[in-house]
Amino acid sequence: MKLITAIVKPFKMSDVRDALRDIDVVGLTVSDAQGYGRQRGHTEVYRGAEYQIDFVPKIRMEVLTEDNDAARVIESIVSAARTGKIGDGKVWVQDVEEVVRVRTGERGPAAI
Amino acid sequence: MYFLTETAQINSGDTAWMILCTALVLLMTPGLAFFYAGMVRSKHALAMIMQSFVTIAIVSVTWVTVGYSLAFDTDAGGGLIGGLHMVGLAHAETAVPGLHLTFPPLAFVTFQMMFAVLTAALLSGASADRMRFGAFVTFIAIWSIVVYAPLAHWVWSPDGWLNKAGLLDFAGGTVVEICSGASALALALVIGPRRGWPKEMMAPHNLPLTLLGAGLLWFGWIGFNAGSALSAGYLAASAALVTHLSGVGGMIGWLVLEKRLTGKATTLGAASGAVAGLVAITPAAGFLSPLPALLLGATAGVVSLFAIRLKFRFRYDDSLDVVAVHYVGGFIGTLFVGLFAAAAVNPAVRHQGLLLGGGFTQIARQGLGVLTATTFAFTLTYVIAWVLRATIGLRVEPDAEIEGLDSSQHAEGAYEFTATSSLGRTS
Repeated sequence: MKLITAIVKPFKMSDVRDALRDIDVVGLTVSDAQGYGRQRGHTEVYRGAEYQIDFVPKIRMEVLTEDNDAARVIESIVSAARTGKIGDGKVWVQDVEEVVRVRTGERGPAAI
Repeated sequence: MYFLTETAQINSGDTAWMILCTALVLLMTPGLAFFYAGMVRSKHALAMIMQSFVTIAIVSVTWVTVGYSLAFDTDAGGGLIGGLHMVGLAHAETAVPGLHLTFPPLAFVTFQMMFAVLTAALLSGASADRMRFGAFVTFIAIWSIVVYAPLAHWVWSPDGWLNKAGLLDFAGGTVVEICSGASALALALVIGPRRGWPKEMMAPHNLPLTLLGAGLLWFGWIGFNAGSALSAGYLAASAALVTHLSGVGGMIGWLVLEKRLTGKATTLGAASGAVAGLVAITPAAGFLSPLPALLLGATAGVVSLFAIRLKFRFRYDDSLDVVAVHYVGGFIGTLFVGLFAAAAVNPAVRHQGLLLGGGFTQIARQGLGVLTATTFAFTLTYVIAWVLRATIGLRVEPDAEIEGLDSSQHAEGAYEFTATSSLGRTS
């Protein structure tokens, strides 16, 4: 099993959700995140002084999948989240040792 | 202020108007609380509101005990200070010395009380996010007696030396705006900058709150200025109109310049510009006709926007720009009286403004008012703040400042949105 984590631009969140729904991904966790990558931050003017803003608002999306589905999910997220401009985000994958469905106690791929 | 000279006789219309205006001016202090609270970081929001609210309580008490007497009792000498016969509001219900009012004197006492409250509350913007609550309460109590009351006497008591010198200050360009602005600068210098300033941005946490506050201030300002006519008649109507127009001019002036300078017109700019315009018309509301008022507002908006940059150049952390908005607005407005005061607007104008052919007499008097109010308020406030810093201390501990004043000073939080924030339980 894999945990796929995607950092995307906030306005791309619903596109990614729709794309995942199209390939029958049944679960998704979303949270607000802030950070920077190679784009660094940006500058803002407040009360006549210019400030460097290091952390840019992003959305973190997390999906649990079976091993075989991971490539398809990643592809789906990347194509939905891409604008081609700097700051589009990142997707990474981690191995997951165990998953348990709280309600039934099912374990492993059946719990996804 | 415009002093009626006819024999006093109670007029029910004037009485109702003055009590209504008192309520309007009272509302400005909670309005200011929200105006300020939206501009600070979320961890200091309640403390900011609290400083304005507690000022209502503290200054109301200092006003009825000694402040009113020092400001409006018969002069104790040289036009510098009122006597002590009206301490505790003794004899206050029978007459205001030297004034012939058409409404009960106690309505005047209460109306003026709200001015004293608001002026003191304005200072909290300069020391935002770092002043101990107890130190603020002590400071504001002393300040309202030592700085505000004497200045109100100089300018507004018929015995006051600036009043006799011919200064025209309708609703407080010197007594309220220059006084609070110059005092704010002194307080900011003595207490020192917020931790992290000016490196950190410290952006406003809730601009809707700031705009709500600006709206309440604007609403109340009609009572502040039109009420200073001390009658419900032509002069009050004129003051209400020019007050509004100057606020409008301030907003337009600020936004146009801001858009040109930074590419964006901001909501904070709209609120700040409107307040700058309203500040500027305060001394002039009873003396200007509508178009000069619009010009005054626009001028104040533009100059205040430039003035907010001064604190970065001169390194004083006037956190919420009391100097740039109130001092600068009060300065411009007080001088504008010397340029545009019109006898057609107010028969009390003996020397018309310079641009209306009245020569330099009035503007010289206005300049004297600006100079003395600035020097007096700055110097005395600096001394009060310095003494308090050396004795009881002004600032919170560094940890408490980082934690936030809401939690460290009041054991509360303005926003408890998360599930974990309600996890407390009794043992």
